[in-house]
Amino acid sequence: MIRHLLSGADLDAATATQILDTAAEMATVAGREVKKLPALRGRTVVNLFYEDSTRTRISFEAAAKRLSADVINFSAKGSSVAKGESLKDTALTLQAMGADAVVVRHPASGAPHRLANWVDGSVVNAGDGTHEHPTQALLDAYTMRSRLGRLAGLHVAIVGDVLHSRVARSNVLLLSTLGAKITLVGPPTLIPVDIAQALAPGTDVSYDLDAVLPGVDVVMMLRVQRERMNDSYFPSAREYARRYGLDGPRLRRLPEHAIVMHPGPMNRGMEITPEVADSPRSTIVEQVANGVSVRMAVLYLLLGGNNR
Amino acid sequence: MAYPPAARTSPPRQPSVKVILTAADVSRVVDRIAHQILEKTQGAAETVLLGIPTRGVPLAGRLAARISTFEDVTVPVGVLDITLYRDDLRRHATRAVGPTDLPAGGIDGKRVILVDDVLFSGRTVRAALDALSDVGRPASVQLAVLVDRGHRQLPIRADYVGKNIPTALAESVKVTLAETDGGDEVKLYGGTPA
Repeated sequence: MIRHLLSGADLDAATATQILDTAAEMATVAGREVKKLPALRGRTVVNLFYEDSTRTRISFEAAAKRLSADVINFSAKGSSVAKGESLKDTALTLQAMGADAVVVRHPASGAPHRLANWVDGSVVNAGDGTHEHPTQALLDAYTMRSRLGRLAGLHVAIVGDVLHSRVARSNVLLLSTLGAKITLVGPPTLIPVDIAQALAPGTDVSYDLDAVLPGVDVVMMLRVQRERMNDSYFPSAREYARRYGLDGPRLRRLPEHAIVMHPGPMNRGMEITPEVADSPRSTIVEQVANGVSVRMAVLYLLLGGNNR
Repeated sequence: MAYPPAARTSPPRQPSVKVILTAADVSRVVDRIAHQILEKTQGAAETVLLGIPTRGVPLAGRLAARISTFEDVTVPVGVLDITLYRDDLRRHATRAVGPTDLPAGGIDGKRVILVDDVLFSGRTVRAALDALSDVGRPASVQLAVLVDRGHRQLPIRADYVGKNIPTALAESVKVTLAETDGGDEVKLYGGTPA
């Protein structure tokens, strides 16, 4: 079993499938009266968040608590980081407190990899810079599998700001390992040249959303980060929404069975219209619920046994 | 120059294997437990059989099938996975979690009979009792096992026992069933001599 989860590339097909299967069992706990399992009693999970996040942090916290682990939440605001403490010193502090797992979100790409060299416990990457967000990819894969019944052979379009998206990177790595075919769609300014080859050979790139839609099983919309809108990657928000936003007419061009995903938080009216976001083919709320099950599975598989 | 091969004072003995129950014995034992369940539960009313993976699951299915042939009652059957409730999780590499599958009617207020193949330390049953209290509140819980080999480490006993086998701690009991292993048999493997 792996010790850390830092990248979508850390998982081979067998391990990823094991996580998804375990998540399916964890999901049954959510329907019980006692939503608690004793598997991680006495283990300590630290949520180390250097960036704002609601759903990811709460999701990890709920997952750890359902497995009976003790959870310590650490956010950079109001901590000694604001006084200038380095990541390494913070890591050593956590180490001294006996953290069995550190869930880390950091604005710098690669920070979790560094952290993994400094602490004895397991490190879970909960999003680093513009690099990776592997548990999001796992919950997306889980959602696709539960809606469509399989992953191998699925055609997934990932649409939007691929350049800055850690969700896109982790998804390309994980979904290609699991046998899905991926097409990255977006304006040429937001899709790095050769990214498809660098991440997973066999991945396609397209600049024309309407041409891609009729042949896909899944459309994954990426958030257009507000701070990017002024960086001239595209002429205007309205032009972006026209060319790459998912609206009602585009939804109807999709095959009958296709689903719409979004990692959240959404900019309604920008990359996705309310009509699409609230349609029965959107899995956005499901993705949040599945996030807890998938993170329970990850924490259990990293911490549940004696894997040292 | 060549030395003669060193003379062994005692050649390593093969661990002895003894068949405790043959396929016919297993089927007779299952029949008897089915009858005992009917007798002790007044016709298996309000009763649910829960198998503990791996081999408790087919055993529970067989008991339910025999009960329905004897008395024409249908006993709901389910699966109770106890992996996450084990007390030795940290001593091994991470164990795979299996499905828990409760009958549609649930277990609240029912008489639950846990079914397992071998009763040994009692720790599996302890874990099963914990798992059970998280998924519902049965009126009562009973335990049926194919083999009781002794050496309990917890105050636990079975209500229905297929066969009591006196064993040494170093020996091991291996149950094979047609559904999981291709054939019914219970064997006792002698401990390798110290």
